[in-house]
Amino acid sequence: MAVCIAVIAKENYPLYIRSTPTENELKFHYMVHTSLDMVDEKISAMGKALVDQRELYLGLLYPTEDYKVYGYVTNSKVKFVMVVDSSNTALRDNEIRSMFRKLHNSYTDVMCNPFYNPGDRIQSRAFDNMVTSMMIQVC
Amino acid sequence: MIHLESNFVQFKEELLPKEGNKALLTFPFLHIYWTECCDTEVYKATVKDDLTKWQNVLKAHSSVDWLIVIVENDAKKKNKTNILPRTSIVDKIRNDFCNKQSDRCVVLSDPLKDSSRTQESWNAFLTKLRTLLLMSFTKNLGKFEDDMRTLREKRTEPGWSFCEYFMVQEELAFVFEMLQQFEDALVQYDELDALFSQYVVNFGAGDGANWLTFFCQPVKSWNGLILRKPIDMEKRESIQRREATLLDLRSYLFSRQCTLLLFLQRPWEVAQRALELLHNCVQELKLLEVSVPPGALDCWVFLSCLEVLQRIEGCCDRAQIDSNIAHTVGLWSYATEKLKSLGYLCGLVSEKGPNSEDLNRTVDLLAGLGAERPETANTAQSPYKKLKEALSSVEAFEKHYLDLSHATIEMYTSIGRIRSAKFVGKDLAEFYMRKKAPQKAEIYLQGALKNYLAEGWALPITHTRKQLAECQKHLGQIENYLQTSSLLASDHHLTEEERKHFCQEILDFASQPSDNPGHKIVLPMQSFAQLRDLHFDPSNAVVHVGGVLCIEITMYSQMPVPVHVEQIVVNVHFSIEKNSYRKTAEWLTKHKTSNGIVNFPPETAPFPVSQNSLPALELYEMFERSPSDNSLNTTGIICRNVHMLLRRQESSSSLEMPSGVALEEGAHVLRCSPVTLEPGANQITFRTQAKEPGTYTLRQLCASVGSVWFVLPHIYPIVQYDVYSQEPQLHVEPLADSLLAGIPQKVKFTVTTGHYTIKNGDSLQLSNAEAMLILCQAESRAMVYSNTREQSSDAALRIQSSDKVTSISLPVAPAYHVIEFELEVLSLPSAPALGGESDMLGMAESHRKHKDKQKTGHCMVTTDHKVSIDCPWSIYSTVIALTFSVPFRTTHALLSSGTRKYVQVCVQNLSELDFQLSDSYLVDTSDSTGLQLVPLNTQSQQPIYSKQSVFFVWELKWTEEPPPSLHCRFSVGFSPASEEQLSISLKPYTYEFKVENFFTLYNVKAEIFPPSGMEYCRTGSLCSLEVLITRLSDLLEVDKDEALTESDEHFSTKLMYEVVDNSSNWAVCGKSCGVISMPVAARATHRVHMEVMPLFAGYLPLPDVRLFKYLPHHSAHSSQLDADSWIENDSLSVDKHGDDQPDSSSLKSRGSVHSACSSEHKGLPMPRLQALPAGQVFNSSSGTQVLVIPSQDDHVLEVSVT
Repeated sequence: MAVCIAVIAKENYPLYIRSTPTENELKFHYMVHTSLDMVDEKISAMGKALVDQRELYLGLLYPTEDYKVYGYVTNSKVKFVMVVDSSNTALRDNEIRSMFRKLHNSYTDVMCNPFYNPGDRIQSRAFDNMVTSMMIQVC
Repeated sequence: MIHLESNFVQFKEELLPKEGNKALLTFPFLHIYWTECCDTEVYKATVKDDLTKWQNVLKAHSSVDWLIVIVENDAKKKNKTNILPRTSIVDKIRNDFCNKQSDRCVVLSDPLKDSSRTQESWNAFLTKLRTLLLMSFTKNLGKFEDDMRTLREKRTEPGWSFCEYFMVQEELAFVFEMLQQFEDALVQYDELDALFSQYVVNFGAGDGANWLTFFCQPVKSWNGLILRKPIDMEKRESIQRREATLLDLRSYLFSRQCTLLLFLQRPWEVAQRALELLHNCVQELKLLEVSVPPGALDCWVFLSCLEVLQRIEGCCDRAQIDSNIAHTVGLWSYATEKLKSLGYLCGLVSEKGPNSEDLNRTVDLLAGLGAERPETANTAQSPYKKLKEALSSVEAFEKHYLDLSHATIEMYTSIGRIRSAKFVGKDLAEFYMRKKAPQKAEIYLQGALKNYLAEGWALPITHTRKQLAECQKHLGQIENYLQTSSLLASDHHLTEEERKHFCQEILDFASQPSDNPGHKIVLPMQSFAQLRDLHFDPSNAVVHVGGVLCIEITMYSQMPVPVHVEQIVVNVHFSIEKNSYRKTAEWLTKHKTSNGIVNFPPETAPFPVSQNSLPALELYEMFERSPSDNSLNTTGIICRNVHMLLRRQESSSSLEMPSGVALEEGAHVLRCSPVTLEPGANQITFRTQAKEPGTYTLRQLCASVGSVWFVLPHIYPIVQYDVYSQEPQLHVEPLADSLLAGIPQKVKFTVTTGHYTIKNGDSLQLSNAEAMLILCQAESRAMVYSNTREQSSDAALRIQSSDKVTSISLPVAPAYHVIEFELEVLSLPSAPALGGESDMLGMAESHRKHKDKQKTGHCMVTTDHKVSIDCPWSIYSTVIALTFSVPFRTTHALLSSGTRKYVQVCVQNLSELDFQLSDSYLVDTSDSTGLQLVPLNTQSQQPIYSKQSVFFVWELKWTEEPPPSLHCRFSVGFSPASEEQLSISLKPYTYEFKVENFFTLYNVKAEIFPPSGMEYCRTGSLCSLEVLITRLSDLLEVDKDEALTESDEHFSTKLMYEVVDNSSNWAVCGKSCGVISMPVAARATHRVHMEVMPLFAGYLPLPDVRLFKYLPHHSAHSSQLDADSWIENDSLSVDKHGDDQPDSSSLKSRGSVHSACSSEHKGLPMPRLQALPAGQVFNSSSGTQVLVIPSQDDHVLEVSVT
């Protein structure tokens, strides 16, 4: 489904980033990094809205010829960015939303781990497996 | 508000829509028959037929929307009105044709006249016309929509054509547009768009529609969107002809959508949709596997982007555009991207320019553009012209590409999309690198790198660094290139080969023979190697001058290959110690108890830089002690990394600026060479011999590889070692808490050698104190310790004594060692001052003694012995004072029994030790003849325990007349009870004292008799006290004083007696004192009677009878006082010789004494009283008691319970 999934810290450094191994990893890193511009823009636009009513899902951040980049931001300003192949037209907004929700739940589990230091790179195997399951459905 | 526009067309049968008509715009909505006929004849002859025919035609085409208009002219009417007034033409027509729909016939009267009637008829006509037209329109539109839907439902049927349907729905859109219902019109196009997209998706999923294959024909033309015309008829026709390609269809659809959106004032939606469309088209072509010549799509996208942008610019003003950059910048960026790829494709980016193949491709691409469209032909900046120009030459391409790129970067920056701007900048840098203009590329790469570093994106950092390295290499920025190379060589995101390559670059440079010898390339060390930990040996990091210090560091090499380092240097900052406290020996032991390992925090760069930009506070306790006495002056908390926390934020972002690294050239350097640093951890040991005393702080760590120096500018946390020098010192202290005189005591000698080396033959010369012996033992050994208290050796001590000097030869010891040995010393007990306590005899003395005890407690008498010691390292003598305490305190007392005399000596042990006393002697030092001291002590050996006393008693016997005073010396041998055997014989403890007036002169005897007739004394009843004072000897030497008077060979002396009852048992009635003249002769007796009253019942001791010598006035004594003061203060004068603490009960009796005394000596100078020495008076009745029984009439019984 997704070709790249990234978790980005509040300070905009990557906590976790994974892309399909078949493709150039660097490209996705650049893409996710650039998408942060749009995330920032959307967050600041949203800042006016009440916090509890805020929608975590940011929607399509920016489309490129080949990929669509979707964003999601947690209340603690941790960003999830998902890159989806443009040709994958089967993925609708709702699916993306549910994927993000799954990602968020898994991320929450990671944070609940008392041995995890918030701000460190995520190395949880459970999280990794979940991300893999979201990416594997591509092929 | 609906706006309906209608055309009036002359009726032709061909114009009537046939069955299945799809055109709505040209549709005849209302048929109107106009007639001017007012003549019935004419009507019947021609008009009626014509009307019928028209009606039939309409019926045949099932058109029910018609209207008959009869125009009446007054002029014509006038002639005929009277003929057929009731059957007018109107009525006839109504009758003939509008039998059910009478409203389908309208009369227009005198249309050209200006009368109210005319006006009225016009209004009626127009209302009718509008109503009917709208009715018809609604009906037909509804029918059309129904038809359209029906047609759409048939889309699964074979033979269904999208183009056909497209035209139908577009007709609807046109109508809506015509009605100015743009929103509805747009919906039609959006529906078409969605339908088409769905087909494409389905096609991609394998569910192909036949008609779609047509759209899959190879792309031959890519001339971009055309948005300047409201309807691109050319494309529309091609769709109608079913000749349109996918791009044509999409272009046409979008152009229509664009037009409508612009009508709706939504230009930014155009921009947004345009981007979607372009992406979508590219995807669709890919999905449908349409063959597209390389570059064709890029051209199409580029042209389209610019077309959209220009179209938007055309309908908005500058300010609007500027505030909506966020919507358009995507198109700019897309266009830039496409132009770039076109440039690469056509060889316009390469250094050499395009080759023939590239040129062919360019020609093909330009051919696909076709001719410029007429509507843009006059525009100088049309997308077509731009693309053509850009592809025409390398220079033109560069110009256009740079324009676009700069514009895009500027726009991104202006709306705060820095990351996107940097990304475009990186593309630009890549372009510059291709153009061999690295100086221009560098700024973009640096900018992007800074951004990635700040946000900690490892892969982009690595990639950008790689580009930067190439750029710097081209620019010849050797230092920067080497620095970047070192960073890359240590970058784990690169492959091993790449890392080795960059490492080799550094090594190659380093091994080049430098044309400028001595020139150093200074690079920061972090990327090269990291300092992990540091270990001191000795572990307290304190070393004496001349000592060897080892510093072992662990360096973690980041390089992929072993690197041979010529030398590793630690620059050390030296500061002279100011604190004298630090030189002391105790500082050495207290200072730095850590294990000597300093761990350095691992370098966290490059991963999350943003996190470590603010390091954690490093807080430490701080104690500042006074240098003199080591007492605490101030305390507090200090933050050691203030410089890190408070520095400006900007400077923290300049992470790769090599300018910050400077080589410090210090005089003090630790060096280690040569070293090969293997990848990973390496142990490097520095060895140094301490020279100057002071504190050495490790500042910089440098590793040199050829002319390349890797420098760690600050070693943090601060690492220091200390070098100290120490003066030789001698320290003498008793082993026990205090030294006791008289017995051997151990004293510990500590020699701290400091910088002095004890040579063979060096000795301590002790000048002997007179009363202190240094006992030489055969088996005394000296221990030699190192400064860290490790025992290094022990040696026998040689002690040579002469009468003046004791020489202790020290064992050979190196500098900075400690020699310890013990010596036994003996303080000889010195004889205390003679007769110091001679006048403290008898009662007065015992009283004094009591007070003494309270005051001084158990303080021992101390004696100080000063020993001056000559040390080999100094020309000055060291004087050491040793204080010895005498363990005993001795008191003596003279006891009498009648004329027999006893001497009691009390020895009190004040020390903590138990002693054994032996051989007690009391000798008369004056050696009087006929005087004998008979010991009454039975035991010769007697233990005396700590804090206990032992008494000795001797009886004094004489045969001749005893001397007035007696000098005695008491001596007793003592030895510690615990010690079995002492090597030396100890001197006995001696005590000398003097006993005076020990011979008894008077015997005082007091007796109380009950009142006459009574058997016992009763309380409250007066009893008689009889005092008998008897002289026991004839005139003696001691009697010769002022009180002695001589008359007729008889001597007499004046005595004063006083009866005092201190315990308030008795009330003395009447005179309690009196002066008597006592003859100085044996057996002379004086009897005194007094009345006393017992106050209590029971066995009461007798009241005291005191005897004083009554000395006549002596001028020398009374001259201070004049007579007046005597009278006034006579009570004071009596108190002087009376009791110190008068009791209230005796006040009365004493008052009588006063009066007696004062009456007797009135006007005379005051005589003096002198207490008789205790030895001269013997109170033979002391201790006797008298039984007093309570009086019978005593109603009060006093019971005291104790």
